[in-house]
Amino acid sequence: MTNARTPALSLGPVYYLWDGPKWRDFYFRIADEAPVEHVTLGETVCSKRQHFTERHIAEVVERLEAAGKTVTLSTLAMVTLERESRHVRDLIRDSAHLIEANDLSALGLISGRAHSIGPLVNVYNAATARVLAARGAQNICLPPELPMSSIEQIVQSLPDLSFEIFAFGRMPLAISARCAHARSKGLTKDNCQFICGEEPDGLPLRTLDRQSFLVLNGVQTMSNSCVVLLGELPALSAAGIARVRLSPQDCDMVAVAGIYRAVLDGSMDADEAISKLSDVYPGAAFSNGFYHQQEGAAWIAKGRNASLGHG
Amino acid sequence: MELICPAGTPSAFREAVDAGADAVYCGFRDETNARNFPGLNFSRPELKESIGYAGKRGVQTFVALNTFMRAGSEALWYKAADDAVELGADALILADFGLMAYVAEKYPDQRLHVSVQASASNRDAIQFLVEAFGAKRVVLPRILTVQDIARLTRQIDCEVEVFAFGGLCVMAEGRCSLSSYATGKSPNMNGVCSPASHVKYRRDGDTMVSELGAYTINRFGPDEASGYPTLCKGRFEIGETHGYAFEDPVSLDVVDHIEALREAGVSALKIEGRQRGKAYVAEVVSSLKKALSAQPAERSALVARLRSMSEGQRTTSGAYDKRWR
Repeated sequence: MTNARTPALSLGPVYYLWDGPKWRDFYFRIADEAPVEHVTLGETVCSKRQHFTERHIAEVVERLEAAGKTVTLSTLAMVTLERESRHVRDLIRDSAHLIEANDLSALGLISGRAHSIGPLVNVYNAATARVLAARGAQNICLPPELPMSSIEQIVQSLPDLSFEIFAFGRMPLAISARCAHARSKGLTKDNCQFICGEEPDGLPLRTLDRQSFLVLNGVQTMSNSCVVLLGELPALSAAGIARVRLSPQDCDMVAVAGIYRAVLDGSMDADEAISKLSDVYPGAAFSNGFYHQQEGAAWIAKGRNASLGHG
Repeated sequence: MELICPAGTPSAFREAVDAGADAVYCGFRDETNARNFPGLNFSRPELKESIGYAGKRGVQTFVALNTFMRAGSEALWYKAADDAVELGADALILADFGLMAYVAEKYPDQRLHVSVQASASNRDAIQFLVEAFGAKRVVLPRILTVQDIARLTRQIDCEVEVFAFGGLCVMAEGRCSLSSYATGKSPNMNGVCSPASHVKYRRDGDTMVSELGAYTINRFGPDEASGYPTLCKGRFEIGETHGYAFEDPVSLDVVDHIEALREAGVSALKIEGRQRGKAYVAEVVSSLKKALSAQPAERSALVARLRSMSEGQRTTSGAYDKRWR
């Protein structure tokens, strides 16, 4: 394990619909207080929401950069309308910033220019990562579904590429043309009244036996459980992971970043960090099953007496 | 428009050919395809024989290698591509960029079709696949309206194939890990969604409960017929309400849109159902074949019987109709 460097901390885009001021103030505080090196931002889930944050982007980017953070702009995860295609094209053409590609249209348009790949692009193996690297990808955030065995294989096959792991947050599990969130409130996607803004941390969907299971976030379906890879950080660092991604939830993300920073720096052990995280994101179920090649909802506790729970 | 028909077994394959398929698609008996169910799919000798049977009758064979190569096990996918080419597949249906690159480089003359699992939903995405891998045809994800498709076909240098009948993914295909979240088996890496190995039914009083992994997917009262717990077709609770949160247990049927799809520039209609029996395949293929050449007025009578064979016996035109969203 010679290539172990301390990974950098990265903040992924806010996947939820937060109103403009809340969104702006969130990033201002990240700029001023959070120990993260990289910030990826911009509406990723639904093009209908873009106007909520668009007018704040310039000031947010400026504040983050003034604080020394690298800023990357995220593209839409699903592009079907002409308007959405145009948005992705304009963003790639006009932006002086790094772009994170989250669908195939962005991949095609950005070829030849340095860029990042988001966790919503299917990178399951080194051959795919190699194709993307040849087209200019410099950083790839691997899909949350990958087990450690895959992560290791991919990272070791491309030692010069930067890889990022989705290490905190509800997992984006699916995206649809249909808006289940609007539908649950008797609306449709085309007439949604931005109803998803009512749930800034997702709308819980339980089974008929009242088990917590998923949350709806507009056209996206996410895990109810929050991925927590903390006990796994030493192994990920040893494997050569360059960045650890925190996906914003509606909780104190500055505190979350502080906890991950402390574990990466070796000043806090994972058990203490997990217990602190329960206070910062109260009521959240944690999971790390995908990493351990189990169902994604599983929580595999550290150590020999591993227990199996469900998020 | 061509009719592209499913075959999960050699006998279903022959039925599809005899019933009028223009092409039959199938996969090997392993994780390299997205219908990796017990008892389904083809050995190498079976595929060889089937390709021969189809070829003699002027019918093409497409081989689906449409899962994503699991890191460390890529050889399984590469070998499947080598063998499919060797056995004379007319096209390979691929989703993984790494596998597309392998096929495009090693077999530049092999016809490459983009699987629905790749989720190429717009002009720039498709042009990327055409330029990077020489894709000749794209199977569109079931997230577009007929109007979206008509606009798209004019913008790309690639044939378009769309799903017309059978099972319906509610989520963008190839971008869904709901089933793997509940079971640990990945549609993308293992080729199974809501696998039978993780399904349980249990009685709770006079209620039948269907479960996938540790999760209840539905509860059926005494007056309801219980159905298979496909995750996205389950009933769930949201707030104070409960119901089919994503989609009812319906299947896709776009027979009423055939004219519009033809005018939209669609090259081929695809029937879902490699997991279905040979009688179903024969019936669906022959009815749809007749429907394609029938006058619109005659068409609905032809497919009335088909609809009764559909999952849940109710159908939807899905995302092809804007109101579905």
